[in-house]
Amino acid sequence: MVPLNHYLILSAIVFTIGVIGVLIRRNLIVILMSIELMLNAVNLTFIVFSRFLGSMEGQVIVFFVMAVAAAEAVVGLAIIIAIFRHRQTLDPSEMQFLKW
Amino acid sequence: MAPPLIPFFVLAFLLVITSLMVVFQRNVVHSALSLVAALFLIALFFIMLHAPMVGVLQILIYAGAIMVLFLFVIMLLNPAALEQRRGVWWWFGTVAALILGGLLVAVMTGTEPPPDPAAATALFGSPEMLAKSLFTDFVLPFEIASILLLVAIVGAVVLAKREP
Amino acid sequence: MVAATQSPVTLDLLRWIPLIPLLASVFNVFFGARLGKKGAGVLACVAVGASFAVALYVFWLLPAAGIFRDTLYTWIESGSFQVQLSFQVDDLTAVMLLVVTGVGFLIHIYSLGYMAHDEGMARFFVYLNLFIFFMLVLVMADNLLALFVGWEGVGLCSYLLISFWYEEPLNVIAGNKAFVVNRIGDFGFTLAIFLIVSELGRQGIWTLNFMELQKHVGLLSPGKITLITLLLFVGATGKSAQIPLFVWLPDAMAGPTPVSALIHAATMVTAGVYMAARLHFLFSLAPDTMSLIATIGAATAFFAGSIAIAQNDIKKVLAYSTVSQLGYMFLAVGVGAFSAAIFHVFTHAFFKACLFLGAGSVIHALGGEQDMRKMGGLKSYLPKTYWTYLIAAVAISGVPFTAGFFSKDLILWQAYNNPQSGPILWAVGWFTAGLTAFYMFRQLLLVFHGECRADEHVKAHIHESPPVMTIPLIILALGSIFAGWLGAPEYLWGSVWERRFEQMFGVHGEHLGSLTTEISLMLVTLAIVGLGILLAYVSYGRGVRLPERLSSLAGGGLYRLLLNKYYVDELYDFFIVRPFTAVSRFLAQVFDPWVIDGAVNGIAASARGVSFLWRGVQSGNVQHYLVGFLAGTLALLAYYLGQQ
Repeated sequence: MVPLNHYLILSAIVFTIGVIGVLIRRNLIVILMSIELMLNAVNLTFIVFSRFLGSMEGQVIVFFVMAVAAAEAVVGLAIIIAIFRHRQTLDPSEMQFLKW
Repeated sequence: MAPPLIPFFVLAFLLVITSLMVVFQRNVVHSALSLVAALFLIALFFIMLHAPMVGVLQILIYAGAIMVLFLFVIMLLNPAALEQRRGVWWWFGTVAALILGGLLVAVMTGTEPPPDPAAATALFGSPEMLAKSLFTDFVLPFEIASILLLVAIVGAVVLAKREP
Repeated sequence: MVAATQSPVTLDLLRWIPLIPLLASVFNVFFGARLGKKGAGVLACVAVGASFAVALYVFWLLPAAGIFRDTLYTWIESGSFQVQLSFQVDDLTAVMLLVVTGVGFLIHIYSLGYMAHDEGMARFFVYLNLFIFFMLVLVMADNLLALFVGWEGVGLCSYLLISFWYEEPLNVIAGNKAFVVNRIGDFGFTLAIFLIVSELGRQGIWTLNFMELQKHVGLLSPGKITLITLLLFVGATGKSAQIPLFVWLPDAMAGPTPVSALIHAATMVTAGVYMAARLHFLFSLAPDTMSLIATIGAATAFFAGSIAIAQNDIKKVLAYSTVSQLGYMFLAVGVGAFSAAIFHVFTHAFFKACLFLGAGSVIHALGGEQDMRKMGGLKSYLPKTYWTYLIAAVAISGVPFTAGFFSKDLILWQAYNNPQSGPILWAVGWFTAGLTAFYMFRQLLLVFHGECRADEHVKAHIHESPPVMTIPLIILALGSIFAGWLGAPEYLWGSVWERRFEQMFGVHGEHLGSLTTEISLMLVTLAIVGLGILLAYVSYGRGVRLPERLSSLAGGGLYRLLLNKYYVDELYDFFIVRPFTAVSRFLAQVFDPWVIDGAVNGIAASARGVSFLWRGVQSGNVQHYLVGFLAGTLALLAYYLGQQ
């Protein structure tokens, strides 16, 4: 039996990598993909705890997370398409209008 | 290293590599493909953790549908000409994220595992068990999720429509 | 010292004495134009006349050593400190009331004639009535703060009236000068009020009411009393034109002559003396201040008298004469003879007002000429003016059986007997009496006797003043003689005046000298007065060239010094006004824009700078915001982990 902590540490590492991706990359699509990576790390945590607590609820939560992630990816990509049509760019630093 | 741990470490190692590739690949398509691989590996983890239904769903939905959608959009927008630059924020962000990671790891290492994992029945993680929870305890979120998906579809269509 | 033991009787009539002129003044402000010049003037005169009638009635009702009171309302109430707007009439106030309303009434009537050709006549009467109101508030106040309100109010009216002909800038400057110099005195007065309140308040008594103050005066330490009285005296030097703050009064002659008569001779300038008499219980406890007052009084009397003998403007002579006579009054105050001081106020009101109104009559007749070198021989043209002027001049010189004789001699006698340097004070006063006689008769001879030196076209229009102007002159002249008979010395028929004021001020005759000394001093005074008159006659009577000879001889420099009033104004300008203006200019042009504005603007600029720096946080870049987000999350995490 793999100890719980190992899984959790792995999940934390993947989550951190996702955060780095969100903060660093200047391509909206990659940012969105990093968000997906973060969601998946969390999913992994849920499943791990579901296994170790013997409760189905963790898996149910993961189910819902997946559904919501799908919806969110869809809408996000639609927005990206709309922005691209307008500005011909996917660089978030080119979209700084909501400031002083 | 105990035998059960070897698959874990191998898979874990691969997962970390592919995650890093997602974030640090210059070419967007390569990133997308790395993400597909990562998702696949996570599905394997799910299966290892007695959640076969969710694992399969992961492959079907996540790797199968969502990533395909991503690739569609990438191809549509044709970002080959798009470069990126690095700024000061690269460092702030990295450092902050690493601190976060460090903290999380510290927390996780200190976590006490729950006393005794409940005996895993053969049905644990099977579609029957999942469906049982879903359609009894969680039927309301289930219905709401379906509406959510509907709304997402409509919204996406509206947002991405070409203006007449 | 006798404490005031009478309990006041309430009399609602009192408030009408000041209110009637106030109402007339306000009425004239709004409806004066509709009434017309004449109508407004008549209304004003009627108002003051009514005031006088009520004052007379109140005086008749007032028993000896009685007090009437009329409280209007509580003005200030702060904890246990209470100040009421309340009027009080005792013997002292009654005298002042009669003088203010009586002489004021006569001067109002006179002004109907004098100001008849002036466009601003209605405005004149508005200000004049307002002045009467404030002066009445001053003398009828029952506490120091209400007195101060009247004090300030008369200063305001003085300013308004001096600058009455405001189109001429010099008049406005004179008005400003009066106000500013007064203000300096008022500063001392205000400090005194604060000191009284705080010193008594420290011991639990919070009051400015005169009767209360008199009751509790023993609670104050001698040092504090000296300080308070000193500051009060500073206020008095401002208002009553003593050294060093007298410089405004000669310049105040820029106002119309009735103003000079009323405000700068009979009433306002005596406010300082009244205040001292009102607070006699305080002053009596401060011997150092008293000797200072006596010294300054005597010095001022001499100083101003010496300037008067060289002046050529008819009103300036009278102005310096007023300063000099006020010096006498303060001399009396300084030696503790308060009733004598008030007696001199009383008599001086008559003859000085008469002199000023007479001078006004002359000026009016000559179409505005005020230089005495251009007058002369007016006796035949202006007989009534001449005779009243003569009577008043005789009175002020101190010729026997005139009012001035009794009051001035009383003061000199009291001064002589003063334990501290009495004889020196007496000597200064004595010599000044000679100066007084000299300059008054010099003036009389220059203006009314000899040949008429006026220009031809002026001569053609000389006319005696109308009855509305001459009748007040006659009444005042009669007063100049008989008013003094109330205060005759003991060797004649005794003093009604002294007896009446005994209760209030206490008998001041404990250490007086012998009767023979008194009579011999009186004779010596008469001698110098006679000498003065004689000298004037010799110099100016028959056109003798003595004055020219004197002024060009050794006295050439002295003459110039006196003519230029010892260059006091120039000295003040050099040593006080110029540095002050320089400092003001510095503050206005350098300190204010650079330092103060700089500091304020600097704060604004630094706020702007800081905000500019912080603006960068809102970059609009989502990833920057996410980093902030993350930082916050880390902080929270660290906190909760640290707590475990």
